[in-house]
Amino acid sequence: MSVELDVFVGNTTIMDEEVYQFWLDGYTVNDAVKVRMEGGVLEECEASAEVLHSDTMDQYRTFQMCERLLHSPAKLANQLLFQIPPHRQAMLIERYYAFDGVFVREVLGKKLSKGTKKDLDDVSAKTGVTLKSCRRQFDNFKRVFKVVEELKGPLVENIRQHFLLSDQLARNYAAIVFFANNRFETGKKKLHYLTFQDFAFCAGQLISYWTVGAVGDNLSPQSPDVYNMVEDMDVDLEKQFLQDLKELKILITDKDLLDQHKSLVCTALRGKTKVFNEMETNFKNLSRGLVNIAVKLTNTKDVRDFFIDLVEKFIEPCRSDKWTAGDMRLFLTHYTNSAHILDTFKHQVLWDRYMGVIKSCILKMYHD
Amino acid sequence: MPGKLKAKIVAGRHLPVMDRASDLTDAFVEVKFGNTTFKTDVFPKSLNPQWNSEWFKFEVDDEDLQDEPLQITVLDHDTYSANDAIGKVYIDIDPLLCSEAATRICGWFPIYDTIHGIRGEINVLVKVDLFNDLNSFRQSSCGVKFFCTTSIPRCYRAALVHGFVEELVVNEDPEYQWIDRIRTPRASNEARQRLISLMSGELQRKIGLKVLEMGGNAVVGYLQCFDLEGESGLVVRAIGTACTLDKLTPGTAPNTNTHSNTAPASNACNSPSKDSKESPLAHGCRSTHNSPVRSACSSQRLSHSQNFSVSVPTLVFTGMGSGGSAGKEAGPLKTLLRQHTQSALEQREFPFFTLTCFPPGFLVHVGGVVSARSVKLLDRIHNPDEPETRDAWWEEIRQEIKSHAKALGCHAVVGYSESTSICEEVCILSASGTAAMLNPRFMREGCLDAGGSDHRLSRQPPLNVVGSERIEGDASSAWFGFEDASPPSCGFCHIPYDEFNMPFPAQLTYCYRCRRQKVPDVLFTTIDLPAEAAVTGKGCLIQARLCRTKKKAQGEVNATAISNLLPFMEYELHTQLMNKLKLRSMNALFGLRIQISVGENMLLGLASATGVYLSALPAPGGIQVAGKTPSDLNYDQHIATMQKRINDTITKNKELYNIHPPESTEELVGSPIPDRQRSRLFRSTSESSDELLELDLSHGKKDAFVLEIDDTDAVEDIQSLLTDAPMPAGFYSCNTEVMPGIYNWTSGLQMFTSVRVYRLSNANLTNQGLNKIFTELCENLLKSLYFKLRSMIPCCLCHVNFTVAVPEEELIQVAVTAVAMSFDKDTQQAADKALNKGSGENEDQLQFSMELCADSTPSNNQPTSKPSGVSESALVPSSSRDRCSTWLELLRLKAHTIRRGSVKTSRRTQSLAHSVSSAERCSPLPEGRSRSLRSTRSMPCGAPVAVVKMTPLSFLPGTRIVKYLGIINMFFIRETTSLREEGGVSGFLHCFIAEVFAMVRAHVAALGGNAVVSYSMKECVFMENPNKNQAQCLINVSGDAVIFVRESEQEATPPLMSSGQISSTGADGTT
Repeated sequence: MSVELDVFVGNTTIMDEEVYQFWLDGYTVNDAVKVRMEGGVLEECEASAEVLHSDTMDQYRTFQMCERLLHSPAKLANQLLFQIPPHRQAMLIERYYAFDGVFVREVLGKKLSKGTKKDLDDVSAKTGVTLKSCRRQFDNFKRVFKVVEELKGPLVENIRQHFLLSDQLARNYAAIVFFANNRFETGKKKLHYLTFQDFAFCAGQLISYWTVGAVGDNLSPQSPDVYNMVEDMDVDLEKQFLQDLKELKILITDKDLLDQHKSLVCTALRGKTKVFNEMETNFKNLSRGLVNIAVKLTNTKDVRDFFIDLVEKFIEPCRSDKWTAGDMRLFLTHYTNSAHILDTFKHQVLWDRYMGVIKSCILKMYHD
Repeated sequence: MPGKLKAKIVAGRHLPVMDRASDLTDAFVEVKFGNTTFKTDVFPKSLNPQWNSEWFKFEVDDEDLQDEPLQITVLDHDTYSANDAIGKVYIDIDPLLCSEAATRICGWFPIYDTIHGIRGEINVLVKVDLFNDLNSFRQSSCGVKFFCTTSIPRCYRAALVHGFVEELVVNEDPEYQWIDRIRTPRASNEARQRLISLMSGELQRKIGLKVLEMGGNAVVGYLQCFDLEGESGLVVRAIGTACTLDKLTPGTAPNTNTHSNTAPASNACNSPSKDSKESPLAHGCRSTHNSPVRSACSSQRLSHSQNFSVSVPTLVFTGMGSGGSAGKEAGPLKTLLRQHTQSALEQREFPFFTLTCFPPGFLVHVGGVVSARSVKLLDRIHNPDEPETRDAWWEEIRQEIKSHAKALGCHAVVGYSESTSICEEVCILSASGTAAMLNPRFMREGCLDAGGSDHRLSRQPPLNVVGSERIEGDASSAWFGFEDASPPSCGFCHIPYDEFNMPFPAQLTYCYRCRRQKVPDVLFTTIDLPAEAAVTGKGCLIQARLCRTKKKAQGEVNATAISNLLPFMEYELHTQLMNKLKLRSMNALFGLRIQISVGENMLLGLASATGVYLSALPAPGGIQVAGKTPSDLNYDQHIATMQKRINDTITKNKELYNIHPPESTEELVGSPIPDRQRSRLFRSTSESSDELLELDLSHGKKDAFVLEIDDTDAVEDIQSLLTDAPMPAGFYSCNTEVMPGIYNWTSGLQMFTSVRVYRLSNANLTNQGLNKIFTELCENLLKSLYFKLRSMIPCCLCHVNFTVAVPEEELIQVAVTAVAMSFDKDTQQAADKALNKGSGENEDQLQFSMELCADSTPSNNQPTSKPSGVSESALVPSSSRDRCSTWLELLRLKAHTIRRGSVKTSRRTQSLAHSVSSAERCSPLPEGRSRSLRSTRSMPCGAPVAVVKMTPLSFLPGTRIVKYLGIINMFFIRETTSLREEGGVSGFLHCFIAEVFAMVRAHVAALGGNAVVSYSMKECVFMENPNKNQAQCLINVSGDAVIFVRESEQEATPPLMSSGQISSTGADGTT
C-alpha cells in the first residue's frame, strides 16, 4: 500500500515557520523530517514519522506555490490564491529575502551574472550553505538589483517599497546593490576579517554622502524632488565630487601645509594617547595614504580597490602600532578638524564630505 | 422582457505574459450572456490593463437570468493568428434576482483556465434591473431564496414549513459526445462546465417554481448533486425543504440564533416548555397532514436491527421489462409496495425534510435511522427532456424510506439526504434520514385560510384513504396527547412506536428525565443534536469502516453481486458503530451518515456519526467478550486480557469525554425500573468469566453488549475496535454542527479540505486485510489533521465530513472537509468542573433543578406504576431475542456464510443509572455560557484586508449573520498534460483545491459578503494517467454567502427575546 496523493489545503494557508526555514535553507523533505523528529515535535503531538512527512510535503508544496508570488512581494498582498494574514505575509517576505552573512560575504562586490551563479557550488561548498539556498539568495540579489536599476529615486526607499522589506533588510539590500554596481573588491585576503555588516555600514555611508542623491539630502539646499528624478542616484558615486577630490592633493604635495597639519594634530593629541610617538612618526605616511585614496577615486579601478586601500594604507600601519579604537577615533577627529585651521587650505566642505565617510568607515573597519 | 442585466469590465491585473517577444499581453474581454456577446477594446501591451468599459446591457427573460451564467472571457489579441484565450470567469447572477440578497456583484475575480488554472484577475461590476412580472404562467421563479444551510437561516423565522421539493434534469455529457474526439481538452472542459452551470440554474429555477406553487418563498437545506454517469449521461438533481421564511428585523434577532453555540445550553436551562408554548409557529389547528400510523405490522420484517432500518436492496434492471421499474424485487418489499401502490396519489407527497436542526417544538419524537439503497444498471438517457427512469428510481427509494418510517411509527423523515455511487454502468442509489414525529402545527398554518387548505388537500389526500389502521381524528388527538404529556427537553427521545409491537428489538426503559415515557436504550439519528437535548459530558466522532472485495463482473451479474453484499455491509457497519459507541460509554448517535462506494473489485463502507450520552436514555452497558471454548485456559486468559483492555478503555473514555452520570438514587424518586435489573452490576473480568455460560443462554437479561469470539475474524474485529487511536489531548471531534459540552468558542477558525489516494499494492487482499488497510487510512488521515492543527489546541474538529471513493481498481480515495474551531480552555475547565460537581453545591444549579421540577410536576401526577413497569420491561427482552434471531436467520439464508455466528444484543440497566432526573446535567451550563460571552467580546476585530471565512457549519462563533447574499454553487474542471512539471498528482490537486477556495472567496467578496457558511465539497472526482503525464479533476462546492458582524460590535443590542416575541414583528422589514 502506498500513498499516491496526499494534500491538505486550509482556507487560511497554514504555514509552520520552522518548516519554512528548512525550506529556505534548502533542506530536502527527508532531511527536514529528520531534523523535525529530532526536535521533538513528535512526542509533543503523538504523531508518527509518516504524519510528519506528509505535513512537511504539504508545506513544501505550499511554499513552492508561493515562491512565484514572493518574487514580487506586492502581489502577495492582493493575490487571491492564498488567504494569508498580513503579519504572516510580512514574515514570509522578510524570511525569503533574508540571507546568510557568510554567503553574501562571498558574492559581495561580484558581478551578479550567470558566471557568478555558475560558481555558486564552490561558494556552497565553502560556506556550508546549501546550493539551493545559495541560488535563492543570489537570485534575490539579482532580482532586487534589476528592479532598482530601472527605478528613480532613493535606493533604500525603492527597495523597501517594492519588496515590502523591513528598513534594516532594505538597507542591507541597498548595500549589496551598491557593491555589485561599483564592483568593490571585497575578496582579497586582507579583507577577509571584515564582515558583511562592516561593508553594509560603509556602503550606507557612501550612499548617504558620496552619491548623486546625497547632494540633495545633505549638501545642497535644492529641493529633493529634483534629485528624485535622477536615475541611479544612489547607486553611482557623484562624478563631480570624485573629480573635486583631486584638489585635496595639496594637503600632501604642499610641504608647509603637511607640516602645519602635522603639528596641529600633534599639539591636540599630546598626552592624550599612548601611541603618540608612533602617530607622530607615521603621520605623513598616514596622511598621504588617505589623501592619495581621495585623489585616485576618479579611476574606476581605484574605486574598486577603495576598501583594500583603506586597509593597506591606513588600518594595517595603525594596527601594527597597536592603536586602540579610541586612539583611532581621536586621531581621525583631530586630523579632520585641524585641516580647517590651515589657512591656505580652501576645500573645507569637500574635505568634510570626504573625511566624514572615511572616518566612520575606518572606525567601523578597525577591528580584528 | 422582464430583466436587464448590466455588466462593466473595469480592469485586469497579474495577467500572464502571452507575447513572448515583448513579455506583455494585448488583452481584451468578451462578455457573453445567452447568445449575446459584447467585446471591450484591446488594451495593448500591459499585464495590468485598464479597460473601464461602457455598461454592456443584456435584455433578457428572467427565466434565462436564472438558468444562464454570465460568461466573461479574457483573450489576447493577435493580429495574424487566432486570438488566444487567457481564461474565463462564470458569474452566477442568481443572487441578484432576489431582493433580500445581494444588490450588485463587484470585485476581483480570478481568471480561470481549465488547463492552466488561475491566470490573473479581472475586476467586474454586474447589476440587474428586474421588472415586475405578473404573468401567472411564468416559468421563472425569481425571488425564491435558496439556502444550503440545513436549519432555519439565522436571520429568518420559519412561518411555515411546506415540505419536500425535488427535481432532476439530465443531459448528455459533453465529454462523451462524438465531437469530443476532435475538440481540444479545453473546449471539452469548458463545454462541460458551462452545461453543468446551465443545468443547475435550470434545476434551481424548477425547484423554485415548485416552491411558489406550494406557497413558499424559500428552499432550506438545498442539496444539489451531480451524477456523472459516463456514457449514459449527466444527471443534476436536487432536494430541499420548501419553507415560508419571514425576515427578522435586525434589532429583534433572537439570541439563540446569534449565539448558536450556546443556544443548546440556554434552551436546556430555561424551561423549554414555555418556549414551545409561546412559539409563534404554534397556531393550533387540526391536522389534515399525514397522521402518525403507529403500527405497521407488515413492514416489521424490514427493520432488522436496533433503530436501524436497513432496506433489502431492490434490484431493478432498466432496459428489461416495461414501465421502468419492472424486474426483481426482494421479497419483503413486495407486500409493502402493493400496500402502498393502492394510492398512487399519496405516493407523490413525501413527508421528508432535509433539515437537520429545527425550531424548538418542531420535533416531537425521533424513531431512528431509516435508509434505503438500490442498485441500478445505467443505460443511455434517450430523451433528456423526460428523465422518467431516474425519477422513477428515486421515487422508489423515497417510497421505501417512507414505509420504513411508518414501520417505526413515524409520519415524517427528517435529516433526509440522497446520494449515489457510480462505477462504470452500476449505480447505487442511497437515501437516508431519521424517522420522526413532527409537530403538525408547523405545517398547518396555511390551513387557516381556506384556499391554502384546499390546495393542500388536492395534493395530499387525507390519510384514511390510504388504509391506515387509525382514522384521522384519532391520530390527531393522539398527537395532541403526546405533545401535552412530554416535557420538551427529552420528548424527542421518547419512542414514537408502540412498545408492545416494536418494529425492531430494543430495550425500553422509562425516560431518565421525565420518568413517564418510554425511551430506547440506544438512539441513532441523521439529524443534529436538538438544541433542547440534555447531554452528559462531551461528544465524539465515531466511525465505522468496512471494505469488501467483490469479483469483477459485468451487467446484471455485477449488480446482483453488489446488492447481495449491501445488507451485510450495512449490518457490519451498524455492529461496528454500536461497539464503538458502547466503548465510549455513550448511548446515541447524531449526524449519522453511511456512505457505500462501489468500485470494480470492492465496496467501501464508511459510517460517521457523533456519539453522545443523552441524559434521557439509560446508561449503556459495557461490552463483554465471550468465548466459545471456555475450557481452554490460554484462551480464557486471552479473553480475560481482552476484556480488561475493553474495560480499561471504557473507563478511560468516560474520563476523556467527561461522562459521569450521577450515582443512582432511584428509590427516592420512585423509579419504575425493576429491582431485579438494577441490582445487577456488570463490572469485572472475574465475574464475567463465571457467567459466560449463563450469558449465552440468557443474554436477553444482561446489561452488557456481548461480543462472542468464535473465530479469528471476531478477534480481529475486537482488535480493530481497540486500535482506534485516541485523540491527542486538547482535541475533540464531531460531524455535527455543535459539539455538546463545549460552549466557549473563540473566533479561531480553520476550514480545510484534505484528500488522500492510496494504491493497494497487493491485489489479492482478503477482506480482513482490506479492512485493516482502510481503517489505517482513515486513522492516519485523522492523525495528520490533528498534527496539522496542533497550534489551535484546545480545539474541536466540527462537521468532519469524510467521503470515500474507488476511482480505479486498487485505488482508494478519501476526502475530508471540516472546520477546526478553537475554544477557551480556562472557561471550559470551569464549566467541566461545575459539571462534575454534585448538584447541591452550586446555587445556580439548584435553582434550575427547582424550576424544572416545578415545570414537570403537573404531569408527574400520574406516576407510572411500578408493577406495569416490571411487566413491560420483562416482556421486552424475550421479544428482542426472538427478533434478533430471526434477523440472523434471514441473513444466514441470504448469504451462505456469516462472519460472526451470533451477536447478542442485550443490556440491563446499570445500577449507575441516573435518577435525579434532568436537573444537574444541564444546570452548570449557564455559567459556561456567560463566560463564553465574555471571551468572545474580548476578541479583536478582523484585519482590514477582505478576509473571507469559510465553514461547513451554519454559523461562525462569536458572530451574528446579518444577511444571506445567496447560494454559492460552483463546478470546476481542471486538467493537465504536464503532471510531473506541476509537482505530480499532489501538486496538481493541491493547487486546484487552493484555486477553488480562491474562486469561492472571490465570488463571496464580490457579492459583498465576508463568509461562506454551510460550505461543502460535494464532489471531488480525480483521475490520473501518469504514463501520459495527464490528470483531470472535477470539484463541486456549495455554500451560503453571508455577511456577519462580530458579536462584540453589537454589544449595545439588548440580549434577545424568545421566538415568541418575534412573531409580532411578522413581515420582513429590512433595509
